[in-house]
Amino acid sequence: MTVEANHKQAGRGIARVLMNIGRRRRPTTEVYGQPGAGRSSLISFATAFVLLLVWWLVTNAELVKPLFLPPPEMVFDKFVEVSSEGFNNATLFEHALQSIMRVFAAFALACVTAIPIGIGMGVNKLMRGLFDPPIEFYRPIPPLAYLPLIIIWFGIGETSKILLIYLGIFAPLALSARAGVRSASIEQIHVAYSFGASRWQVLKHVVFKAALPEILTGMRIAIGFGWTVLVAAEMVAATSGLGYMVLSASEFLNTSVVILGIIVIGFLAYMFDMIMRFIEGKLVPWKGRA
Amino acid sequence: MSTLQADNVSVVFPADSGDVHALDKASLTIGEGDFVVALGASGCGKTTLLNAIAGFLAPTEGTIAIDGTPIGGPGADRAVVFQKHALMPWLNVIDNVAFGLQIQGVERAKRYEMANQYLSLLGLEGFETSAVYQLSGGMQQRVGVARALATDPEILLMDKPLGALDALTRESVQEILLRVWSETRKKVFFITHSVEEALFLGTKLILMSPRPGRITHTYDLDFSRRYLRGEPARAIKASQDFIEMREDVLSRIHGDA
Repeated sequence: MTVEANHKQAGRGIARVLMNIGRRRRPTTEVYGQPGAGRSSLISFATAFVLLLVWWLVTNAELVKPLFLPPPEMVFDKFVEVSSEGFNNATLFEHALQSIMRVFAAFALACVTAIPIGIGMGVNKLMRGLFDPPIEFYRPIPPLAYLPLIIIWFGIGETSKILLIYLGIFAPLALSARAGVRSASIEQIHVAYSFGASRWQVLKHVVFKAALPEILTGMRIAIGFGWTVLVAAEMVAATSGLGYMVLSASEFLNTSVVILGIIVIGFLAYMFDMIMRFIEGKLVPWKGRA
Repeated sequence: MSTLQADNVSVVFPADSGDVHALDKASLTIGEGDFVVALGASGCGKTTLLNAIAGFLAPTEGTIAIDGTPIGGPGADRAVVFQKHALMPWLNVIDNVAFGLQIQGVERAKRYEMANQYLSLLGLEGFETSAVYQLSGGMQQRVGVARALATDPEILLMDKPLGALDALTRESVQEILLRVWSETRKKVFFITHSVEEALFLGTKLILMSPRPGRITHTYDLDFSRRYLRGEPARAIKASQDFIEMREDVLSRIHGDA
Protein backbone atom coordinates (compact mmCIF):
# COMPACT_ATOMS: atom_id res chain seq x y z
CA MET A 1 0.00 0.00 0.00
CA THR A 2 1.37 3.41 -0.91
CA VAL A 3 1.69 6.23 1.58
CA GLU A 4 -0.95 8.17 -0.28
CA ALA A 5 -3.43 5.35 -0.04
CA ASN A 6 -2.69 5.07 3.65
CA HIS A 7 -3.49 8.73 4.11
CA LYS A 8 -6.72 8.35 2.19
CA GLN A 9 -7.66 5.40 4.34
CA ALA A 10 -6.96 7.36 7.51
CA GLY A 11 -8.91 10.34 6.17
CA ARG A 12 -11.94 8.17 5.52
CA GLY A 13 -11.62 6.68 8.98
CA ILE A 14 -11.66 10.12 10.59
CA ALA A 15 -14.62 11.13 8.46
CA ARG A 16 -16.50 8.04 9.59
CA VAL A 17 -15.70 8.73 13.24
CA LEU A 18 -16.90 12.32 12.87
CA MET A 19 -20.09 11.22 11.14
CA ASN A 20 -20.80 8.79 13.94
CA ILE A 21 -20.36 11.32 16.72
CA GLY A 22 -23.77 12.30 18.02
CA ARG A 23 -25.49 9.48 16.21
CA ARG A 24 -27.59 7.31 18.48
CA ARG A 25 -26.28 3.84 19.08
CA ARG A 26 -29.79 2.42 19.01
CA PRO A 27 -30.52 1.48 15.41
CA THR A 28 -33.07 3.80 13.93
CA THR A 29 -35.60 3.03 11.24
CA GLU A 30 -35.97 6.67 10.21
CA VAL A 31 -33.55 6.38 7.33
CA TYR A 32 -35.67 8.63 5.13
CA GLY A 33 -36.52 11.15 7.85
CA GLN A 34 -36.18 14.90 7.88
CA PRO A 35 -32.73 16.04 6.76
CA GLY A 36 -30.66 17.04 9.77
CA ALA A 37 -32.88 15.41 12.38
CA GLY A 38 -31.38 14.34 15.71
CA ARG A 39 -29.23 15.87 18.41
CA SER A 40 -26.08 17.69 17.43
CA SER A 41 -24.75 18.62 20.88
CA LEU A 42 -22.03 15.97 20.91
CA ILE A 43 -20.73 17.20 17.57
CA SER A 44 -20.79 20.74 18.95
CA PHE A 45 -18.68 19.70 21.91
CA ALA A 46 -16.29 17.97 19.56
CA THR A 47 -16.05 21.13 17.45
CA ALA A 48 -15.27 23.27 20.48
CA PHE A 49 -12.68 20.78 21.63
CA VAL A 50 -11.02 20.57 18.21
CA LEU A 51 -10.91 24.36 17.90
CA LEU A 52 -9.24 24.64 21.30
CA LEU A 53 -6.83 21.89 20.39
CA VAL A 54 -5.86 23.56 17.12
CA TRP A 55 -5.40 26.85 18.96
CA TRP A 56 -3.20 25.18 21.54
CA LEU A 57 -1.18 23.30 18.89
CA VAL A 58 -0.42 26.24 16.60
CA THR A 59 0.55 28.51 19.49
CA ASN A 60 2.64 25.97 21.39
CA ALA A 61 4.37 24.87 18.22
CA GLU A 62 5.20 28.57 17.86
CA LEU A 63 3.71 28.76 14.39
CA VAL A 64 2.08 32.06 15.40
CA LYS A 65 3.66 34.74 17.56
CA PRO A 66 1.88 35.36 20.91
CA LEU A 67 1.41 38.98 19.83
CA PHE A 68 -1.01 37.79 17.15
CA LEU A 69 -2.43 34.79 18.94
CA PRO A 70 -1.40 34.01 22.51
CA PRO A 71 -1.75 30.39 23.60
CA PRO A 72 -4.90 29.40 25.52
CA GLU A 73 -3.06 28.98 28.80
CA MET A 74 -1.81 32.55 28.55
CA VAL A 75 -5.37 33.77 28.06
CA PHE A 76 -6.43 31.67 31.02
CA ASP A 77 -3.67 33.22 33.14
CA LYS A 78 -4.98 36.62 32.08
CA PHE A 79 -8.46 35.51 33.05
CA VAL A 80 -7.22 34.72 36.56
CA GLU A 81 -5.20 37.91 36.70
CA VAL A 82 -7.94 40.23 35.45
CA SER A 83 -10.49 38.50 37.66
CA SER A 84 -8.46 39.11 40.81
CA GLU A 85 -6.28 42.15 40.15
CA GLY A 86 -8.29 43.80 37.42
CA PHE A 87 -7.42 45.60 34.22
CA ASN A 88 -7.47 49.39 34.01
CA ASN A 89 -8.91 49.87 37.48
CA ALA A 90 -11.68 47.30 37.25
CA THR A 91 -11.86 43.55 37.68
CA LEU A 92 -13.26 41.31 34.98
CA PHE A 93 -16.43 40.94 37.01
CA GLU A 94 -16.86 44.73 37.21
CA HIS A 95 -16.24 45.12 33.48
CA ALA A 96 -18.71 42.37 32.71
CA LEU A 97 -21.29 43.76 35.13
CA GLN A 98 -21.01 47.21 33.58
CA SER A 99 -21.57 45.80 30.08
CA ILE A 100 -24.42 43.57 31.19
CA MET A 101 -26.10 46.59 32.81
CA ARG A 102 -25.79 48.59 29.59
CA VAL A 103 -27.05 45.83 27.34
CA PHE A 104 -29.92 44.95 29.65
CA ALA A 105 -30.96 48.53 30.28
CA ALA A 106 -31.14 48.99 26.51
CA PHE A 107 -32.88 45.65 26.07
CA ALA A 108 -35.47 46.40 28.75
CA LEU A 109 -36.16 49.81 27.21
CA ALA A 110 -36.48 48.24 23.78
CA CYS A 111 -38.88 45.58 25.05
CA VAL A 112 -41.27 48.10 26.58
CA THR A 113 -41.19 50.33 23.49
CA ALA A 114 -40.44 48.18 20.43
CA ILE A 115 -42.89 45.39 21.23
CA PRO A 116 -45.95 47.66 21.68
CA ILE A 117 -44.94 49.75 18.67
CA GLY A 118 -44.37 46.65 16.55
CA ILE A 119 -47.72 45.20 17.58
CA GLY A 120 -49.31 48.55 16.88
CA MET A 121 -47.76 48.59 13.43
CA GLY A 122 -49.17 45.14 12.79
CA VAL A 123 -52.74 45.93 13.81
CA ASN A 124 -53.15 49.57 12.93
CA LYS A 125 -52.43 51.27 9.64
CA LEU A 126 -51.90 54.69 11.22
CA MET A 127 -49.16 53.25 13.43
CA ARG A 128 -47.68 51.39 10.47
CA GLY A 129 -47.65 54.52 8.36
CA LEU A 130 -46.06 56.55 11.14
CA PHE A 131 -43.30 54.18 12.18
CA ASP A 132 -42.48 52.25 9.03
CA PRO A 133 -40.37 54.93 7.25
CA PRO A 134 -38.09 55.87 10.18
CA ILE A 135 -37.52 52.28 11.27
CA GLU A 136 -36.90 50.93 7.79
CA PHE A 137 -34.61 53.88 7.06
CA TYR A 138 -32.31 53.62 10.04
CA ARG A 139 -32.40 49.82 10.41
CA PRO A 140 -29.74 48.94 7.80
CA ILE A 141 -27.38 51.78 8.82
CA PRO A 142 -24.41 50.49 10.85
CA PRO A 143 -24.52 51.90 14.42
CA LEU A 144 -20.94 53.16 13.99
CA ALA A 145 -22.24 55.50 11.27
CA TYR A 146 -24.71 57.31 13.51
CA LEU A 147 -22.61 57.06 16.66
CA PRO A 148 -20.99 60.51 16.04
CA LEU A 149 -24.43 62.07 15.73
CA ILE A 150 -25.55 60.51 18.99
CA ILE A 151 -22.45 61.86 20.70
CA ILE A 152 -23.13 65.35 19.32
CA TRP A 153 -26.71 65.21 20.54
CA PHE A 154 -26.43 63.33 23.81
CA GLY A 155 -22.83 63.79 24.87
CA ILE A 156 -20.39 61.12 25.95
CA GLY A 157 -22.21 59.91 29.05
CA GLU A 158 -24.11 56.75 29.79
CA THR A 159 -27.14 57.96 27.82
CA SER A 160 -25.34 57.77 24.49
CA LYS A 161 -24.01 54.27 25.18
CA ILE A 162 -27.38 52.86 26.15
CA LEU A 163 -29.11 54.72 23.34
CA LEU A 164 -26.78 53.23 20.73
CA ILE A 165 -27.38 49.69 21.99
CA TYR A 166 -31.09 50.45 22.27
CA LEU A 167 -31.27 51.51 18.63
CA GLY A 168 -29.50 48.32 17.60
CA ILE A 169 -32.09 46.26 19.46
CA PHE A 170 -35.19 48.32 18.68
CA ALA A 171 -35.58 47.71 14.95
CA PRO A 172 -35.35 43.91 14.83
CA LEU A 173 -37.60 43.62 17.89
CA ALA A 174 -40.26 45.96 16.48
CA LEU A 175 -40.23 44.14 13.16
CA SER A 176 -40.63 40.73 14.74
CA ALA A 177 -43.54 41.94 16.87
CA ARG A 178 -45.10 43.43 13.76
CA ALA A 179 -44.72 40.15 11.88
CA GLY A 180 -45.90 38.20 14.92
CA VAL A 181 -49.39 39.68 14.95
CA ARG A 182 -49.92 38.05 11.56
CA SER A 183 -49.52 34.63 13.18
CA ALA A 184 -53.14 34.28 14.28
CA SER A 185 -55.15 32.37 11.68
CA ILE A 186 -58.28 33.95 10.26
CA GLU A 187 -60.25 31.00 11.68
CA GLN A 188 -59.03 31.74 15.21
CA ILE A 189 -60.02 35.37 14.78
CA HIS A 190 -63.42 34.46 13.34
CA VAL A 191 -64.10 32.06 16.21
CA ALA A 192 -63.48 34.84 18.71
CA TYR A 193 -65.74 37.27 16.81
CA SER A 194 -68.47 34.65 16.59
CA PHE A 195 -68.52 34.49 20.39
CA GLY A 196 -69.29 38.19 20.37
CA ALA A 197 -65.74 39.35 21.07
CA SER A 198 -64.93 43.03 20.74
CA ARG A 199 -61.98 44.10 18.62
CA TRP A 200 -59.95 44.60 21.76
CA GLN A 201 -60.86 41.11 23.02
CA VAL A 202 -59.78 39.60 19.69
CA LEU A 203 -56.43 41.35 20.05
CA LYS A 204 -56.01 40.38 23.69
CA HIS A 205 -57.20 36.78 23.55
CA VAL A 206 -56.06 35.74 20.08
CA VAL A 207 -53.70 38.07 18.23
CA PHE A 208 -51.28 38.86 21.07
CA LYS A 209 -51.14 35.25 22.23
CA ALA A 210 -50.48 33.98 18.72
CA ALA A 211 -47.75 36.60 18.30
CA LEU A 212 -45.85 35.50 21.40
CA PRO A 213 -43.58 32.85 19.80
CA GLU A 214 -42.41 35.25 17.14
CA ILE A 215 -41.88 38.04 19.66
CA LEU A 216 -39.74 35.76 21.83
CA THR A 217 -37.68 34.75 18.80
CA GLY A 218 -37.35 38.45 18.01
CA MET A 219 -36.10 39.09 21.55
CA ARG A 220 -33.43 36.45 21.09
CA ILE A 221 -32.27 37.89 17.79
CA ALA A 222 -32.49 41.46 19.03
CA ILE A 223 -30.38 41.04 22.13
CA GLY A 224 -27.79 39.43 19.88
CA PHE A 225 -27.65 42.76 18.07
CA GLY A 226 -27.26 44.41 21.46
CA TRP A 227 -24.05 42.51 22.20
CA THR A 228 -22.84 43.33 18.69
CA VAL A 229 -23.25 47.05 19.29
CA LEU A 230 -21.73 46.93 22.79
CA VAL A 231 -18.11 47.42 21.69
CA ALA A 232 -19.03 50.36 19.48
CA ALA A 233 -20.97 51.91 22.36
CA GLU A 234 -18.05 51.54 24.74
CA MET A 235 -15.65 53.21 22.29
CA VAL A 236 -16.85 56.52 23.64
CA ALA A 237 -15.26 57.75 26.82
CA ALA A 238 -15.99 54.61 28.76
CA THR A 239 -13.92 53.75 31.82
CA SER A 240 -15.15 50.23 32.24
CA GLY A 241 -17.05 47.54 30.37
CA LEU A 242 -16.01 44.56 28.29
CA GLY A 243 -15.97 46.54 25.05
CA TYR A 244 -13.82 49.19 26.71
CA MET A 245 -11.54 46.50 28.08
CA VAL A 246 -11.05 44.98 24.61
CA LEU A 247 -10.45 48.33 22.94
CA SER A 248 -7.95 49.66 25.47
CA ALA A 249 -6.12 46.32 25.56
CA SER A 250 -5.76 46.45 21.79
CA GLU A 251 -4.10 49.85 22.04
CA PHE A 252 -1.35 48.27 24.15
CA LEU A 253 -1.25 45.19 21.89
CA ASN A 254 -2.36 43.19 24.90
CA THR A 255 -3.79 40.42 22.74
CA SER A 256 -4.54 38.07 25.64
CA VAL A 257 -6.97 40.54 27.17
CA VAL A 258 -8.55 41.18 23.76
CA ILE A 259 -9.22 37.49 23.33
CA LEU A 260 -10.36 37.16 26.94
CA GLY A 261 -12.89 39.98 26.38
CA ILE A 262 -14.16 38.41 23.18
CA ILE A 263 -14.63 35.06 24.87
CA VAL A 264 -16.48 36.61 27.82
CA ILE A 265 -18.82 38.61 25.54
CA GLY A 266 -19.51 35.49 23.49
CA PHE A 267 -20.08 33.44 26.63
CA LEU A 268 -22.51 35.98 28.13
CA ALA A 269 -24.47 36.26 24.89
CA TYR A 270 -24.64 32.48 24.64
CA MET A 271 -25.79 32.13 28.24
CA PHE A 272 -28.53 34.66 27.70
CA ASP A 273 -29.68 32.84 24.59
CA MET A 274 -29.85 29.62 26.61
CA ILE A 275 -32.00 31.36 29.22
CA MET A 276 -34.26 32.73 26.48
CA ARG A 277 -34.62 29.27 24.92
CA PHE A 278 -35.59 27.92 28.31
CA ILE A 279 -38.17 30.68 28.78
CA GLU A 280 -39.47 29.98 25.28
CA GLY A 281 -39.93 26.34 26.12
CA LYS A 282 -41.91 27.29 29.23
CA LEU A 283 -43.95 30.13 27.75
CA VAL A 284 -44.73 28.89 24.25
CA PRO A 285 -44.49 25.10 24.29
CA TRP A 286 -46.89 25.06 21.34
CA LYS A 287 -44.41 26.90 19.10
CA GLY A 288 -44.19 25.20 15.73
CA ARG A 289 -46.68 22.55 16.76
CA ALA A 290 -50.03 24.07 15.90
CA MET B 1 -88.02 28.31 18.83
CA SER B 2 -86.37 30.38 16.17
CA THR B 3 -85.74 30.40 12.47
CA LEU B 4 -82.82 31.62 10.47
CA GLN B 5 -83.86 33.05 7.15
CA ALA B 6 -81.54 33.95 4.28
CA ASP B 7 -83.41 35.86 1.62
CA ASN B 8 -82.02 36.39 -1.90
CA VAL B 9 -78.51 36.77 -0.57
CA SER B 10 -75.92 37.85 -3.13
CA VAL B 11 -72.25 38.45 -2.47
CA VAL B 12 -70.08 40.15 -5.07
CA PHE B 13 -66.34 40.53 -4.62
CA PRO B 14 -64.91 43.37 -6.68
CA ALA B 15 -61.84 42.29 -8.62
CA ASP B 16 -59.60 43.85 -11.25
CA SER B 17 -60.65 41.28 -13.82
CA GLY B 18 -64.35 41.94 -13.30
CA ASP B 19 -66.59 41.36 -10.29
CA VAL B 20 -66.80 37.84 -8.88
CA HIS B 21 -70.32 36.69 -8.11
CA ALA B 22 -69.48 34.41 -5.22
CA LEU B 23 -73.13 33.99 -4.33
CA ASP B 24 -76.19 34.76 -6.41
CA LYS B 25 -79.65 35.16 -4.84
CA ALA B 26 -79.40 32.34 -2.38
CA SER B 27 -82.43 31.77 -0.20
CA LEU B 28 -82.46 29.36 2.68
CA THR B 29 -84.52 28.68 5.76
CA ILE B 30 -83.06 26.86 8.74
CA GLY B 31 -85.74 26.05 11.27
CA GLU B 32 -85.87 24.33 14.62
CA GLY B 33 -84.09 20.96 14.57
CA ASP B 34 -82.85 21.38 11.00
CA PHE B 35 -79.49 19.97 10.00
CA VAL B 36 -78.85 21.67 6.67
CA VAL B 37 -75.94 20.40 4.62
CA ALA B 38 -74.46 22.33 1.71
CA LEU B 39 -72.68 20.40 -0.99
CA GLY B 40 -71.05 21.51 -4.20
CA ALA B 41 -67.90 21.89 -6.20
CA SER B 42 -65.17 24.27 -5.10
CA GLY B 43 -66.07 27.89 -5.71
CA CYS B 44 -69.82 27.33 -5.52
CA GLY B 45 -70.20 29.83 -2.70
CA LYS B 46 -70.81 27.43 0.22
CA THR B 47 -68.22 29.05 2.42
CA THR B 48 -69.31 32.52 1.30
CA LEU B 49 -72.86 31.67 2.37
CA LEU B 50 -71.60 30.40 5.72
CA ASN B 51 -69.47 33.49 6.23
CA ALA B 52 -72.47 35.68 5.42
CA ILE B 53 -74.66 33.81 7.90
CA ALA B 54 -71.89 34.01 10.51
CA GLY B 55 -71.71 37.75 9.84
CA PHE B 56 -68.04 37.77 8.81
CA LEU B 57 -69.05 39.44 5.56
CA ALA B 58 -72.08 41.55 4.73
CA PRO B 59 -74.18 40.46 1.74
CA THR B 60 -74.07 42.77 -1.27
CA GLU B 61 -77.80 42.24 -1.64
CA GLY B 62 -80.47 40.41 0.29
CA THR B 63 -80.97 39.92 4.01
CA ILE B 64 -80.17 37.35 6.63
CA ALA B 65 -82.38 37.42 9.69
CA ILE B 66 -83.09 35.40 12.79
CA ASP B 67 -86.78 35.54 13.66
CA GLY B 68 -87.11 38.59 11.48
CA THR B 69 -84.26 40.49 13.10
CA PRO B 70 -81.48 41.12 10.58
CA ILE B 71 -78.06 40.03 11.75
CA GLY B 72 -75.42 42.72 11.99
CA GLY B 73 -72.01 41.12 12.09
CA PRO B 74 -70.91 38.08 14.05
CA GLY B 75 -72.81 37.23 17.20
CA ALA B 76 -72.97 34.74 20.01
CA ASP B 77 -76.19 33.21 18.63
CA ARG B 78 -74.17 31.70 15.77
CA ALA B 79 -71.13 29.57 16.64
CA VAL B 80 -68.61 28.37 14.08
CA VAL B 81 -66.54 25.21 13.69
CA PHE B 82 -63.76 25.19 11.10
CA GLN B 83 -61.73 22.52 9.37
CA LYS B 84 -58.55 23.21 11.33
CA HIS B 85 -56.23 25.78 12.85
CA ALA B 86 -59.07 27.23 14.84
CA LEU B 87 -58.22 25.99 18.33
CA MET B 88 -55.99 28.12 20.52
CA PRO B 89 -52.78 26.14 21.13
CA TRP B 90 -51.86 28.29 24.14
CA LEU B 91 -54.97 27.06 25.95
CA ASN B 92 -55.49 23.52 27.21
CA VAL B 93 -58.58 21.52 26.27
CA ILE B 94 -60.94 22.85 28.93
CA ASP B 95 -59.85 26.45 28.41
CA ASN B 96 -60.45 26.04 24.69
CA VAL B 97 -63.95 24.74 25.33
CA ALA B 98 -64.55 27.58 27.78
CA PHE B 99 -63.05 30.18 25.41
CA GLY B 100 -66.39 31.58 24.26
CA LEU B 101 -67.63 31.79 27.83
CA GLN B 102 -64.45 33.62 28.81
CA ILE B 103 -65.05 36.11 25.99
CA GLN B 104 -68.55 36.57 27.33
CA GLY B 105 -67.23 37.30 30.80
CA VAL B 106 -68.41 34.16 32.58
CA GLU B 107 -66.36 33.62 35.73
CA ARG B 108 -63.88 30.76 35.82
CA ALA B 109 -65.65 28.27 38.10
CA LYS B 110 -68.93 28.67 36.26
CA ARG B 111 -67.38 28.35 32.83
CA TYR B 112 -65.43 25.24 33.78
CA GLU B 113 -68.63 23.71 35.06
CA MET B 114 -70.37 24.42 31.75
CA ALA B 115 -67.36 23.35 29.70
CA ASN B 116 -67.23 20.04 31.57
CA GLN B 117 -70.78 19.21 30.45
CA TYR B 118 -69.81 19.54 26.81
CA LEU B 119 -66.51 17.74 27.28
CA SER B 120 -68.39 14.70 28.52
CA LEU B 121 -71.04 15.09 25.81
CA LEU B 122 -68.27 14.76 23.23
CA GLY B 123 -66.42 12.02 25.07
CA LEU B 124 -63.45 14.14 26.07
CA GLU B 125 -63.43 13.45 29.82
CA GLY B 126 -59.96 13.00 31.20
CA PHE B 127 -58.37 15.32 28.63
CA GLU B 128 -59.27 18.60 30.38
CA THR B 129 -55.69 19.68 30.93
CA SER B 130 -54.17 18.16 27.79
CA ALA B 131 -52.53 20.42 25.25
CA VAL B 132 -54.67 20.60 22.12
CA TYR B 133 -51.71 20.02 19.80
CA GLN B 134 -51.14 16.66 21.46
CA LEU B 135 -54.63 15.41 20.56
CA SER B 136 -55.52 13.46 17.44
CA GLY B 137 -57.29 15.28 14.62
CA GLY B 138 -60.64 13.72 15.53
CA MET B 139 -60.36 14.80 19.15
CA GLN B 140 -59.32 18.30 18.13
CA GLN B 141 -62.48 18.64 16.05
CA ARG B 142 -64.55 17.38 18.97
CA VAL B 143 -62.97 20.08 21.13
CA GLY B 144 -63.97 22.58 18.42
CA VAL B 145 -67.57 21.34 18.50
CA ALA B 146 -67.65 21.40 22.32
CA ARG B 147 -66.36 24.97 22.26
CA ALA B 148 -69.05 26.02 19.81
CA LEU B 149 -71.78 24.36 21.90
CA ALA B 150 -70.54 25.68 25.26
CA THR B 151 -71.98 29.14 24.71
CA ASP B 152 -75.39 27.63 23.87
CA PRO B 153 -75.84 29.24 20.45
CA GLU B 154 -78.98 29.07 18.31
CA ILE B 155 -77.15 27.57 15.38
CA LEU B 156 -73.88 25.82 14.65
CA LEU B 157 -72.11 26.83 11.44
CA MET B 158 -69.67 24.15 10.40
CA ASP B 159 -67.28 24.66 7.50
CA LYS B 160 -65.97 21.24 6.38
CA PRO B 161 -65.28 20.35 10.01
CA LEU B 162 -64.38 16.75 9.24
CA GLY B 163 -62.52 17.47 6.00
CA ALA B 164 -59.06 16.91 7.45
CA LEU B 165 -59.88 13.61 9.19
CA ASP B 166 -59.13 10.14 7.92
CA ALA B 167 -62.09 8.11 6.69
CA LEU B 168 -62.45 5.92 9.79
CA THR B 169 -62.19 8.77 12.29
CA ARG B 170 -64.53 10.77 10.13
CA GLU B 171 -67.31 8.18 10.35
CA SER B 172 -67.03 7.92 14.11
CA VAL B 173 -67.11 11.72 14.53
CA GLN B 174 -70.16 11.87 12.22
CA GLU B 175 -71.99 9.53 14.57
CA ILE B 176 -70.91 11.56 17.60
CA LEU B 177 -72.13 14.71 15.87
CA LEU B 178 -75.56 13.23 15.19
CA ARG B 179 -75.97 12.15 18.80
CA VAL B 180 -74.88 15.56 20.04
CA TRP B 181 -77.25 17.24 17.58
CA SER B 182 -80.21 15.15 18.74
CA GLU B 183 -79.39 15.79 22.40
CA THR B 184 -78.86 19.53 22.10
CA ARG B 185 -81.53 20.18 19.42
CA LYS B 186 -79.33 22.81 17.78
CA LYS B 187 -79.86 24.05 14.27
CA VAL B 188 -76.88 23.17 12.10
CA PHE B 189 -75.52 24.53 8.83
CA PHE B 190 -72.85 22.16 7.64
CA ILE B 191 -70.55 22.34 4.63
CA THR B 192 -68.91 19.24 3.21
CA HIS B 193 -67.32 17.89 0.07
CA SER B 194 -68.45 14.35 0.79
CA VAL B 195 -71.79 13.21 -0.67
CA GLU B 196 -72.05 10.31 1.78
CA GLU B 197 -71.42 12.60 4.72
CA ALA B 198 -74.00 15.05 3.45
CA LEU B 199 -76.68 12.38 3.03
CA PHE B 200 -75.92 10.69 6.34
CA LEU B 201 -75.92 13.83 8.47
CA GLY B 202 -78.47 16.16 6.98
CA THR B 203 -82.19 16.60 7.34
CA LYS B 204 -82.00 18.91 4.37
CA LEU B 205 -79.41 19.00 1.59
CA ILE B 206 -78.75 21.98 -0.62
CA LEU B 207 -76.75 21.48 -3.78
CA MET B 208 -74.78 24.47 -4.99
CA SER B 209 -73.01 25.15 -8.26
CA PRO B 210 -70.37 27.68 -9.19
CA ARG B 211 -70.10 30.77 -11.41
CA PRO B 212 -72.21 32.37 -10.09
CA GLY B 213 -72.49 30.50 -6.81
CA ARG B 214 -76.12 29.53 -6.34
CA ILE B 215 -78.40 26.93 -4.80
CA THR B 216 -79.57 24.56 -7.53
CA HIS B 217 -81.42 21.80 -5.71
CA THR B 218 -82.83 21.02 -2.33
CA TYR B 219 -83.47 17.56 -0.91
CA ASP B 220 -85.22 16.48 2.25
CA LEU B 221 -83.44 13.63 4.00
CA ASP B 222 -84.21 11.25 6.84
CA PHE B 223 -81.12 9.03 7.05
CA SER B 224 -79.86 10.82 10.14
CA ARG B 225 -83.18 10.30 11.90
CA ARG B 226 -83.08 6.62 10.94
CA TYR B 227 -79.62 6.39 12.49
CA LEU B 228 -80.83 8.06 15.65
CA ARG B 229 -83.77 5.66 15.82
CA GLY B 230 -81.24 2.86 16.09
CA GLU B 231 -80.55 1.70 12.56
CA PRO B 232 -76.80 0.93 12.16
CA ALA B 233 -74.78 3.46 10.19
CA ARG B 234 -73.35 0.83 7.86
CA ALA B 235 -76.78 -0.55 7.10
CA ILE B 236 -78.07 2.92 6.23
CA LYS B 237 -75.13 3.70 3.98
CA ALA B 238 -75.52 0.34 2.23
CA SER B 239 -79.30 0.63 1.81
CA GLN B 240 -80.84 0.91 -1.63
CA ASP B 241 -82.44 4.33 -1.15
CA PHE B 242 -79.19 5.78 0.24
CA ILE B 243 -77.24 4.54 -2.78
CA GLU B 244 -79.88 5.77 -5.22
CA MET B 245 -79.90 9.19 -3.67
CA ARG B 246 -76.11 9.31 -3.64
CA GLU B 247 -76.01 8.52 -7.37
CA ASP B 248 -78.72 11.09 -8.06
CA VAL B 249 -76.81 13.79 -6.17
CA LEU B 250 -73.54 12.85 -7.84
CA SER B 251 -75.04 12.96 -11.31
CA ARG B 252 -76.46 16.42 -10.62
CA ILE B 253 -73.12 17.67 -9.36
CA HIS B 254 -71.27 16.27 -12.36
CA GLY B 255 -73.98 17.46 -14.72
CA ASP B 256 -73.52 20.98 -13.40
CA ALA B 257 -69.74 20.95 -13.54
